[in-house]
Amino acid sequence: MINIFNYIDRPSPIHRLTGATKLVCLLLWSLAAMVTYDTRILALMPVAALALFAVSKIKFRDVKAVFWVTFVFMVLNNVTVYLFSPEHGVSVYGTRTLLFTIAGPYTVTAEQLFYHLNLILKYFASIPLLLLFVCTTDPSEFAASLNRIGVSYKVAYSVALALRYIPDIQRSYHDISQSQQARGIEMSKKESLVKRLKAASAILIPLILSSMDRIEVISNAMELRGFGKGKTRTWYRGRAFRAADILCMALCALLLAVSILSTALRGSRYFNPFI
Amino acid sequence: MKKPVIELDNFTWQYAAQKEPTLRELSLTIREGEKVLICGPSGCGKSTLAHCLNGLIPFSYHGEMHGSVRILGKETKDLSLFDVSKMVGTVLQDADGQFVGLTVAEDIAFALENDNVAQSELFRRVDEAADLVDIKSHLRHAPTELSGGQKQRVSLAGVMVDNVPILLFDEPLANLDPATGKQAIELIDEIQKKTHTTVVIIEHRLEDALHRDVDRVILMQDGRIVADAAPDELLASELLRAQGIREPLYLTALRHAGVSPRPDMCLHNIESLRLDDGQKAAVRRWFHETPAAPKAPERPVLLEAKDIRFAYDNGFEALHGVSLTVREGEMLAIVGRNGAGKSTFSKVVCGFERQQEGTLTFAGQSLDALSIKERADRIGYVMQNPNQMISKVQIFDEVALGLVTRGVSGEVQRRRVEDALRVCGLYPFRNWPVSALSFGQKKRVTIASILALDPKMIILDEPTAGQDFRRYTEIMEFLRELNARGVTVVMITHDMHLMLEYCRRAAVFADGRIIADASPADVLTDPDVVARANLRETSLYALAVRCGVDDPRAFVQRFIDHDREVREP
Repeated sequence: MINIFNYIDRPSPIHRLTGATKLVCLLLWSLAAMVTYDTRILALMPVAALALFAVSKIKFRDVKAVFWVTFVFMVLNNVTVYLFSPEHGVSVYGTRTLLFTIAGPYTVTAEQLFYHLNLILKYFASIPLLLLFVCTTDPSEFAASLNRIGVSYKVAYSVALALRYIPDIQRSYHDISQSQQARGIEMSKKESLVKRLKAASAILIPLILSSMDRIEVISNAMELRGFGKGKTRTWYRGRAFRAADILCMALCALLLAVSILSTALRGSRYFNPFI
Repeated sequence: MKKPVIELDNFTWQYAAQKEPTLRELSLTIREGEKVLICGPSGCGKSTLAHCLNGLIPFSYHGEMHGSVRILGKETKDLSLFDVSKMVGTVLQDADGQFVGLTVAEDIAFALENDNVAQSELFRRVDEAADLVDIKSHLRHAPTELSGGQKQRVSLAGVMVDNVPILLFDEPLANLDPATGKQAIELIDEIQKKTHTTVVIIEHRLEDALHRDVDRVILMQDGRIVADAAPDELLASELLRAQGIREPLYLTALRHAGVSPRPDMCLHNIESLRLDDGQKAAVRRWFHETPAAPKAPERPVLLEAKDIRFAYDNGFEALHGVSLTVREGEMLAIVGRNGAGKSTFSKVVCGFERQQEGTLTFAGQSLDALSIKERADRIGYVMQNPNQMISKVQIFDEVALGLVTRGVSGEVQRRRVEDALRVCGLYPFRNWPVSALSFGQKKRVTIASILALDPKMIILDEPTAGQDFRRYTEIMEFLRELNARGVTVVMITHDMHLMLEYCRRAAVFADGRIIADASPADVLTDPDVVARANLRETSLYALAVRCGVDDPRAFVQRFIDHDREVREP
């Protein structure tokens, strides 16, 4: 089973940052990667991200599954861009350096290749940080730190609660799908998409109904222990911000600033080596 | 006399959605430091009473109330739910549902966090509470890494941490195996002695709940209190049987032997039970005079599993060479503690998981090449929670689902669905939506949907978990009827009564192996098997030993056979 929040507990400086810090950094970093097509910045970011990975002691095999999923997604993204707009790079960079032609409108230009390079770099710039966030953030500490940065504790706790029940729901899903297969609901790839969608509903309905049962139990259990009583609450796993947290957020903010500035100064999002 | 902590005075409660009051004119006083057991059949109002004590009534459920409920002298309706929860700590039936935190420590801290207790104080008090229930070595564990008994300890620590003066346990034994249930009762007793809290236990498993002394038993029926007495007095009376509560088996055995239980015999516990020589002789006489039941003739083999080995993807080997034979028309119990391999084994049989080694044959044919769907035509699998199986709105459609996917339609489909519904006693409801049914009826819908495929054998995962005696009897009698119609029934269960009463054979799993395959009487009298499978030795065995019966094992068997005969006219 794949866990969405795949917290891996290995002491490292990155683990010691609070969840909120990591979330803020992730957002700033991703925004920086999104804003710019400056190849120099985009090339630096994956290098920095890999360095962070090394610091965090998260190994490639820990994130292998998610990595390949995003890798496939990236390839698909590039292929569709090319299929729909084989000379997108030409219009972006304003020059046309034809290398060769595959067939019909499908030409290969240096500009298009350079554009794809940027696209790929964007993935490599942002995905590692996302993986890092997922692997080094302790979900309950994350809820506590969301509350610290001003998110209402009820919202923050519902995040933690969702995480608490994800494994249970995954297990139910697995069990339900097995018992429905026994009744003849086919989930294999042999079936048509329509049939598989129908099959999915045969699993989702019982899954939702049985989850609803739990909600009354949980909400009673929470109320009986005073949840929602006060305007604030404390957190067993809460951690105060330290200098490192502030520093990391400042660095990421700086990165975003550089990214925006380079765009603004050039008057264009694209770094253009062709002119 | 100690001061009263819970006082109900002429209290009546009616839920907004119901026509009749659920609780009627209850008057009840529980004093400081008392330990009180509340029992009664399902629908008697005992869970509603629990809601009144912990404040969920009137704060979370809506309805009309008369009379008064005072906790520590304060009228609950004048307080808030949070005020009440400071006085009454509730441990719910479903320890898993009550587990709110991501780890043990956070769950214990939950009430304190909501009270804005500073973090350093949180650490200290969580440690103390964890120490009290002996779960300190698991503070960083997630709920999925804990056993049922451990989760319950966490629930208990989660309310103890707030130093509540009253503890309320709502069916603490419902989801535990027999050995863990026994430990839970011991733990409750120990905690009460250490902390001098007042304890209210709501439980219908009387024999297990009385494993440690209680001061009083309150018996409820139809929203009224029908008895409020010392356990011995209640046990000596006929009231329990009249209310459909199962009395301790050793008392039933005494009654069979013609010994009438009297309050002065210390009836509440087999260990404290006092018997004179005449009474012991009567038990021995009954044993010798009751004929042994004839052995059932050997039937042809239906399912044969040989040396099944199975490991999950993560490398955990759940079955190390399991061999089991199930004969036609059997009613077999598969027992063992959680994680012993019982469920994994049934999943391998149904084809949900594939064994790495070993063979499965069914009625002489190998199952190995058959898909999940094909196996389901032969072996039906019924999950524990019916809500996890039901995916259609209408009962008819739900039962027809398996036939639809197999291309059976028209008249044949209608006939098979209706037959299955008739067998399950659901024919009158065939045009109803599933949502209108009770839990027990939903269970029967799921069984009907399996029966529509006409399997020779059905496997049921915990068919009676969380059910009280009345619903338990309803489900089990139904399964027995099915069995009499020729369906082979295999049940995965924790329930010792179930296997004693309904099965002639039990296969005991421990650590991925079958460690015993014998009659339930033999299983439950073998101390080694009992210990390894988290079962409990039956009190019948202890009774036989106490009375000097020369063959206590045979005594247990004789009792079961005789009891079955008495109940089955």
